[in-house]
Amino acid sequence: MVVDTVLWSRLVTGLTLSFHVIFATIGVAIPLMVAIAEFVGIRKKDNHYTLMAKRWTRGFVISVAVGVVTGTAIALQLALVWPNFMQLAGNVIALPLFMEVFAFFFEAIFLGIYLYTWDRFRNPYLHWLLTVPIVLGAAMSAFFITSVNGFMNQPGGFVLQAGQFMAVHPLQAMFNEATPSKVFHVLASAYMTGAALLAGIAAFSILKKGATDYAKKGLKLMMGVLLLFSFLTAIAGDTSAKFLAQHQPEKLAAAEWHFKTEQGADLIFLGWLNAEREIMGALHLPKALSFLAFSDFNAEVTGLDEFPVDEQPPLLVHYLFDAMVGVGFALLALSALFFLLLLWKKRNELNRWMLRAIVFGVPLAFLGVELGWFYAEVGRQPWMIRGYMRVEEAATTSPSIMILFFVFLLLYILLGTMCVFVLRRLFRDNPAEVELEKIAKTKQQALAGDNSSEEGGLA
Amino acid sequence: MSWSYEILGISVLWIFLYGYLIVASIDFGAGFFAFYARLTGNDHLINRLISRYLSPVWEITNVFFVFFFVGLIGFFPDAAHYYGSALLVPGSIAIILLAIRGSFYAFENYGSKKNIVFLFLYGATGLLIPASLSVALVLSEGGFISETNGIVTLDYLALFTSPLAWSIVGLALTSVLFISASFLAFYASRADDQPALELMRGYALFWSTPTIIAAFTSVLYLSQHNNRHFQNMMDLWWLLGLSVFFFLIVLWLLFKGRRYGLAFIGLMLQFLSAFFAYGIGHYPYILDPYITVQGGATQEAMGIALVVVFIAGLLLLIPSLALVFRLFLFDADYVKGKK
Repeated sequence: MVVDTVLWSRLVTGLTLSFHVIFATIGVAIPLMVAIAEFVGIRKKDNHYTLMAKRWTRGFVISVAVGVVTGTAIALQLALVWPNFMQLAGNVIALPLFMEVFAFFFEAIFLGIYLYTWDRFRNPYLHWLLTVPIVLGAAMSAFFITSVNGFMNQPGGFVLQAGQFMAVHPLQAMFNEATPSKVFHVLASAYMTGAALLAGIAAFSILKKGATDYAKKGLKLMMGVLLLFSFLTAIAGDTSAKFLAQHQPEKLAAAEWHFKTEQGADLIFLGWLNAEREIMGALHLPKALSFLAFSDFNAEVTGLDEFPVDEQPPLLVHYLFDAMVGVGFALLALSALFFLLLLWKKRNELNRWMLRAIVFGVPLAFLGVELGWFYAEVGRQPWMIRGYMRVEEAATTSPSIMILFFVFLLLYILLGTMCVFVLRRLFRDNPAEVELEKIAKTKQQALAGDNSSEEGGLA
Repeated sequence: MSWSYEILGISVLWIFLYGYLIVASIDFGAGFFAFYARLTGNDHLINRLISRYLSPVWEITNVFFVFFFVGLIGFFPDAAHYYGSALLVPGSIAIILLAIRGSFYAFENYGSKKNIVFLFLYGATGLLIPASLSVALVLSEGGFISETNGIVTLDYLALFTSPLAWSIVGLALTSVLFISASFLAFYASRADDQPALELMRGYALFWSTPTIIAAFTSVLYLSQHNNRHFQNMMDLWWLLGLSVFFFLIVLWLLFKGRRYGLAFIGLMLQFLSAFFAYGIGHYPYILDPYITVQGGATQEAMGIALVVVFIAGLLLLIPSLALVFRLFLFDADYVKGKK
């Protein structure tokens, strides 16, 4: 039987995670961007940046809502769709899961306060300080949940006895060898994607309505953040590749179609496989894989042939890997080019092609995140907990899972459409320029009118 | 029973479930009242009240729930195997309802205002979610889940024809409306909003009677379904008596129309004592007869780690929650809409 409950279980989880990761990435990244914009606004006493922080937050809340509900869904689905996995691994990974909820709790509390206290504090830095627990909470959630995923890739902190995990060390399991490189990569790429998103929105508005001060400031600020984090993402990717070469060589070998263990291994870019598993039409970078894996052009890289056939990941991950790396470098190049044009006085960094490329960077960045996770997860097949539990042992046995796939598909289509619809209405009916005028007007009135009524201050 | 990490674990979880019961009831009931008020043309009276309280806290409510079940599976991994397998369908329905409710609340409140479809979904799911979640409580009584060759199945026919199941669903619905109306009456009184106060006081008084009837019916059917649990609860007769006593105080205060804060505290105590009488009576089973508190508990190292993290987490959360309360619940100016 090919299409069975196991496959449907995988599809349900894959669907929920693919949808959730869009909003999770936004949820991790945007608070940092809001914090930066609000801080710059207070520092420079520039209304534009403050309004930017406000408008980003308003849009952010809508996406947070979808992030929260899909996050709840995936948390529940872990137990519903993979009951045997949770029964076994729950003993070892309950700690980071539990702490993730705390981090989320912390973030939720302060997000609520942040949203409803814009004008309640006399000192603007007090309100800005509220972003600190939000940014921290979001990053901590990412850290804890990524450590769970790290455990599934690189299990540790227990002894297996008679099918049970014994002698459990919760902290050892949480700080497994995969955790540092994974967390670094997840956070850097999330911040990169968030910056790409906001830069893309600013570029889009310039293309549509011309270069207003507000949009120009937003674009420049976010392109700077994008440059920083796409650079860090490249470093994080390199760290991850080195981790794989050492600890999970079959995943790297599958990504690189590196079938035989050899020294001075080539890096293979694109191409396809013929019926005899020979690589056709690919770009070979001599000895680059060895260098990528061990910083040494002549190092030995483990090949797929050292693993039993039923423990090899699917070879399709090669394309996921290549595309992910391609997206990362494209975004790095894009932000570098923007600043080159900016510094090179004769050129205009706001030319239409540049702006279009920045807008195009938005779907590209999200695609990169999805591809990266697909590669990480499909590359772990056939394992649920690598080396300990195979996917088919972990899944539910209920045939209802097939129907649920379609029900959830429908739900996510509905939520996604509604989210886009509401966000469009929120910003189209209320452009930044109108809001800026309103702010200027209320300020004038406040100056002109009697200023005796006391407002603000911590009640 | 000796006081060990698994007892501490289940007690902590039970307290959190109680917390969720209160905050979620306010939220679920508010959705229903908002929709009902729109239908009867009273929405101008209470909508502002509801959204002013709910907007800053709706996400927190959701976390209480996630906290409970992540904690349950953390402390008792066997629960994942049994409940996870048996609840795939009802659990997924609950996920979908929660997803629709949470996101549409945000769409309505932060996005496009005054959409009757959003409001309907928000109101209807507010009643369906407690009904679907209370199924898990029914299952814990045993007799609905069976295991053969390691495969867990849920007997839907037994579940849908069980008077116990329906009485617990009824109790969930009526208490949601009673708790919510009492809280909103209290919030309206803080806001000095007389018309809203009168409306919510009327709702609270109305829903008090079905709540207490549903409570007695549930206990009656419990005695037929799981006599051990029933007998254990009867041994805690003083807790149940206390609950009835608090209920009478609440009723009297609502009827007299004063001290709404005290009335709501009384209501919280009423549910607290009944909830704990039910929970302690359930001991030692988490799922009768498959999971017991001792047999299903996680490894000691993990149990202790969870308890440590829990205490550390509380040190972080309690001051934060206190700040929320100070800013949005007990700040008279905010409640009255001046801020």
